[in-house]
Amino acid sequence: MTVSEASLPEIEPGRAIEVIVGFIRAQLAQAGFERLVLGLSGGLDSATVAFLCARAIGPDNLLAVRMPYRTSSGASEDDALRVVTALGCRTELVEITPMVEPMLARIPTGDDPSLRVRRGNVMARQRMIVLYDRSAAFDALVAGTSNKTEALLGYGTLYGDMACAVAPIGDLYKSQVRIVARELGVPPEILVKVPSADLWPGQTDEGELGASYEELDACLHALVDRRWGEERCVAAGLDAALVAWVAKRVARMEFKRQLPPVAKLSQRTPGIDYLYPRRRPGSRR
Amino acid sequence: MRYAIALAQVAPLLGDLAANLALVAERAAGAQARGARLAVFPELALTGYLLQDLVPDVALTASDPRLLSLTDDVPGLLLAVGFVEETAEHRYCNSVALLRDGELVGLHRKVYLPTYGLFDEGRFTSAGDRIRTTPVGEPLGSVGLSVCEDFWHPSLPMLQAQDGAALLINIAAGPARAPGSLAGVAAIDAWHKMQDTYALLGTVAIAFCNRVGNEEGLTFWGGSRLIGPDGAVIVEAPLYEEALVIGELETDDLRMQRYALPLLADERLELTARELGRLVAERAGMADEGAE
Repeated sequence: MTVSEASLPEIEPGRAIEVIVGFIRAQLAQAGFERLVLGLSGGLDSATVAFLCARAIGPDNLLAVRMPYRTSSGASEDDALRVVTALGCRTELVEITPMVEPMLARIPTGDDPSLRVRRGNVMARQRMIVLYDRSAAFDALVAGTSNKTEALLGYGTLYGDMACAVAPIGDLYKSQVRIVARELGVPPEILVKVPSADLWPGQTDEGELGASYEELDACLHALVDRRWGEERCVAAGLDAALVAWVAKRVARMEFKRQLPPVAKLSQRTPGIDYLYPRRRPGSRR
Repeated sequence: MRYAIALAQVAPLLGDLAANLALVAERAAGAQARGARLAVFPELALTGYLLQDLVPDVALTASDPRLLSLTDDVPGLLLAVGFVEETAEHRYCNSVALLRDGELVGLHRKVYLPTYGLFDEGRFTSAGDRIRTTPVGEPLGSVGLSVCEDFWHPSLPMLQAQDGAALLINIAAGPARAPGSLAGVAAIDAWHKMQDTYALLGTVAIAFCNRVGNEEGLTFWGGSRLIGPDGAVIVEAPLYEEALVIGELETDDLRMQRYALPLLADERLELTARELGRLVAERAGMADEGAE
């Protein structure tokens, strides 16, 4: 695919890291916390966030929780341990298998995609429960590992992997995360691996989404950041069917990016005409 | 005559008036100790930027003792600082106060409130309706105050230059866009181009003070600059970091520059006014088609 006109603008990874590290420190200071906890899968996103958090607050203030399910790939665990070794951060292993099996037993067996998604959601939400429990025990905030590509495509589990207190890489597309990761010194094995949520054996993001991250990011950047219409995206060399699919999916997943609507009744309603910054005097614990 | 100006590139705490008052007083004393005669602080330095419904909670009148007492420990220092101003009519404005020796020397209410993209200022604050200059005594004579977005409208700095300002003071809370990308660099580059151009075309010095720090997801980029009346940068603060930088303006440069490049003197204000009058009339549907 030639996407020269529609390709992502270059980023200066050093500057992006400086901004994100400043953001992490400010968020913690404003909330009155010194520590962070995150789920470390061994994938690119969580490895990158772990490196960013360690740089912001030091490895001793970072708890990386590894939460495999019995079908999770052993390579993922190896890669997670590479990150822990490289950073010298704290880590815990919490197997979610015994926690999710009773719930999974209530979902019919079979390989139907909707059943796979239901099982994947159970695992993602169980990991959220573990992370929030560890955050309370470790006196920490939960650092999210979702990127901009996932957020726009709604490729994540609501109240699962999308749950967090701060989202350090939420405005970086997947292909930009890789550039930042390289600059941070994320181990090369992780930089080159095929992205996967690892919710079932053989799952890959690009297989599930039906396009490469390079193509998806180019479409998203054109539609969202450049505000191009679909026709202009296609004229710039992007695949017409993919552009249409991405545009529809972004619209369909809007609900995952916003708080639930409240039925307006009173004089002032949170989110509508009761509007305050999240961090202000009194919000620091 | 040399005149030292400090740019206090601080990171105010959102909504914490008491902490920010203390911060400004402390940095003003530091600026004076280093020889500055004017200290410039960022937009909304006393309150933070993303206030939303906190606006009435942190607003001060322009005669509030907490504001005026900022100069208590810095006799003779001119201090420009941004705050939320509650007017006598209980309008809330994004204002810059110019203080000296416990008195309000000058006041400007932000005229252009960005309410697009990531900005929502018009939702929470009211726009000012005056573009004036403020006499501050020798050697500067007069200065023109403005707040951030005001500078994206060239009529404002050019009016202030025509109105006698030797120095334009623009205070800002500029959030980085696409930080780390060329688009982000381009936004900073645009600010630089604008300042250089105004200095050159207005033959006027510019003190630009932009805040740093983080609020919610926003990161403010700093990069405060003092620019001479020929468009040359006298001093520049780093990006993203707190700093107190001091530069010296040579007021004789202004005199020479205005002789060498008499743009202000050559300006045809009556012509501009007549054409502006025509544009305003046409837009209001009041144009006299036959007249010439």
